Amino acid sequence: MSDHTYTPSSKFGKWFNDRLPLLSLSAHFREYPTPKNLNYWWTFGAILTFCLVAQIATGIVLAMHYVAHADLAFDSIEHIMRDVNYGWLLRYLHSNGSSMFFLAVYVHIFRSLFYGSHKSPREIIWILGVLIYILMMATAFMGYVLPWGQMSFWAATVITNLFTAIPLIGESITTWFWGGYAVDNPTLNRFYSLHYLVPFLILGLVILHIWALHVPGNNNPTGIEIKQPSKGTIPFHPHITIKDLFALLVFLIIFLGFVFFSPDVLGHPDNYIPANPMVTPYHIVPEWYLLPFYAILRSVPDKLGGVVLLFASLLILLALPWLDRSKVRSAVFRPIYKQFFWLFVIDILVLGYMGAMPAEGTYLLIARIGTAYYFLHFLIILPFVSLVEKTDPLPASISEPVLTEKDKSDVSE
Amino acid sequence: MFQNKFLYFKANLAFSLFFLFIISSTNLFADTELLKVNWKFQGITGKFDRSSLQRGYQVYNEVCSSCHSMRLLSYRNLGEKGGPEFSADQVKAIAATFEVTDGPDNQGEMFTRPGKPSDKFVLPYPNVQASTAANGGAYPPDMSVLVKARKGGANYIYSVLMGYDEPPQDFKLEEGVYYNKYMDGNKIKMSKPLLDGSVDYVDGTNATEDQMAKDVTVFLTWAADPHLEARHKTGVKVLIFLIILTGLVYLSMKRLWSRIDPEV
Amino acid sequence: MDESGKKNNRRDFLFTASYTVGAVGLGATVWPFIDQMNPDSSVKALAKIEVDLSQVELGKSITVLWRGKPVFIKRRTKSEISEAQAVSLEELKDPQKDEDRVKNPEWLVMLGICTHLGCVPLANKGEYNGWFCPCHGSHYDTSGRIRKGPAPVNMEIPRYEFVDNNTIKIG
Repeated sequence: MSDHTYTPSSKFGKWFNDRLPLLSLSAHFREYPTPKNLNYWWTFGAILTFCLVAQIATGIVLAMHYVAHADLAFDSIEHIMRDVNYGWLLRYLHSNGSSMFFLAVYVHIFRSLFYGSHKSPREIIWILGVLIYILMMATAFMGYVLPWGQMSFWAATVITNLFTAIPLIGESITTWFWGGYAVDNPTLNRFYSLHYLVPFLILGLVILHIWALHVPGNNNPTGIEIKQPSKGTIPFHPHITIKDLFALLVFLIIFLGFVFFSPDVLGHPDNYIPANPMVTPYHIVPEWYLLPFYAILRSVPDKLGGVVLLFASLLILLALPWLDRSKVRSAVFRPIYKQFFWLFVIDILVLGYMGAMPAEGTYLLIARIGTAYYFLHFLIILPFVSLVEKTDPLPASISEPVLTEKDKSDVSE
Repeated sequence: MFQNKFLYFKANLAFSLFFLFIISSTNLFADTELLKVNWKFQGITGKFDRSSLQRGYQVYNEVCSSCHSMRLLSYRNLGEKGGPEFSADQVKAIAATFEVTDGPDNQGEMFTRPGKPSDKFVLPYPNVQASTAANGGAYPPDMSVLVKARKGGANYIYSVLMGYDEPPQDFKLEEGVYYNKYMDGNKIKMSKPLLDGSVDYVDGTNATEDQMAKDVTVFLTWAADPHLEARHKTGVKVLIFLIILTGLVYLSMKRLWSRIDPEV
Repeated sequence: MDESGKKNNRRDFLFTASYTVGAVGLGATVWPFIDQMNPDSSVKALAKIEVDLSQVELGKSITVLWRGKPVFIKRRTKSEISEAQAVSLEELKDPQKDEDRVKNPEWLVMLGICTHLGCVPLANKGEYNGWFCPCHGSHYDTSGRIRKGPAPVNMEIPRYEFVDNNTIKIG
């Protein structure tokens, strides 16, 4: 990502740029050749960058009023909601912001899965993305604990208890994690510290993620390499920036619609009850964005097994670029993979739904089937499909699309 | 472009399903059995009925407050914009009717004095244990954020208040437990709190059970969400603004892209 | 040429409008992030306090906390009042009549903060029977006026009023 050709026009600019090539960097971003056929699913990278910045900005100002103490945390949040100037707005932006962040990250991930953006030469981008996603989950979880309501407390208790499943050292690790013999004030304090820290690690990974992206350049809906950059690409600015901005504004309308008109609908009422270590809520569920993994955790009758499966379900994502061996990236030209992609989407939605339901009877059975299918998809279906699939002919370039007989019939439907 | 409509259709379908899934996994559809009231504070331009809020405070003060605390509220809140909006003098007078423990004074003693608007609502019991002990082992929950802390929100509160009934024939009730259609397990430890004429409304409104239940529910909704009106008002402005800006940016984008590809 | 000129105009208008509206939005977004640091409503609610004076004996003073700072309320004796009134303005570093510093000569209400660097002066100390600041040696008289030492001006009189004979409202 070096643009040595760029020379600033002013004398000072040149002096400065020779010492710190910020202007070259900025020129690189403006001129960065972007495939001109990117669709709106590609705008979620910019939307996610916005989400991260917005969460950090609102988080920093909330931290000016929040008190990380078991006796004061709940009231300090209510103080923010009631007394602090625009406190209700900032807090609702932050709490709904996490949901919107995950909404955007799921679209981003599924876009990548559909168009094969995780495939060579973009494996590192994908791996960084998975790490970002895992850190996002950790951050969101710790942030959810901070209001110290009933759901906060019991989510913290249940999730930290996962570590007791580790043989031999599980108990001591969990005690160490808690700083006591149960989730309590020391736990809240360290969660607060880490909740403040990890977003900056995410920011660092995001910079690497974008850096790694700018080496090979963007994938595109056809999944084919761009052979004639002059014909197939356009400069990032202003064409892509304005398209990203437009998409971001549409996203903001949905986001702020929640913030202003339904700010508590994505949360759980029990979290407006102060934490009580003596009473567990009747039905505890994580935030919606963690539900599929919660379903996987609960689908195993064995404690250690559930935890192992939970972590496996995340770590398996790291291996994805090597499980899916197909040379063709985009699902558009992969008739069989395309079907399995949508099955996978449905599987995740089903798992999410089961995660919100009580773990019993039919729900549990369906959750188990969903979990089995999740791993089947990665370990069996993807390698197998990439072996046997006969892919559709690829276009010669992104600007000379081929319309196959099948696509024509799709259109006419 | 090879992007066919069918693909877009499927993607949009998935996206909509995703949204449905988010919303259904929360509590939107949970309160199907509750009584539904067409509250004035609902909807994107919803506002509180000022006189209902003032009457609701009267009900809370005269009926609920002997057991239920509202520890997060201060008397000054009663005069703030978007709330019951009592006048400054009324707020002062209301606060002064309560005895507040203050101190320590110069001798190190605690003392009582009349309440001031900046004081928090006086608690009926010094702590949760005292409150539980005085109420037959059931802690009357603090009402500051009660509406937000219950599935169904305002409708739930209203339903419970209106849900007292004779138990079905074979329904067993222990001593000090009452039948309520909308409580979990149909059992509640609070006796029916509102009877026709429980309060004498200052504004002369007829204090029927239904009227009082509605008024106090409106009051509790405001208490849990004191900035609801500001939120709605700002929200409408922000969304109108965003839609205009989005339109402008969309047109600018079309114009910029017109030389590259007629279909962005 | 006309056609493209019109097109360019429209384009310029669109871009200018987008930028302007966008800038307005950005400005409006920044405000909550700034305003959240201003005193919140619970702090503002304590910005005015009422003080009961009925327990203060002649010659004694009380100190109350107002907006996080000490306020001295001194019930002055006849001699202290006449001492304060007798001072000629030429002797003063920050000339101000005692009458202008009190609403009722018996009661001196002032912010107990040395105007030098913000310490709290000690009562009934110093060369002028008033207050003495231990930090850098500023002497104040019975009217709280600076007489000697590094402080530039007299101790500040907050806004207050007598609600009745025995109660004042500060703020």
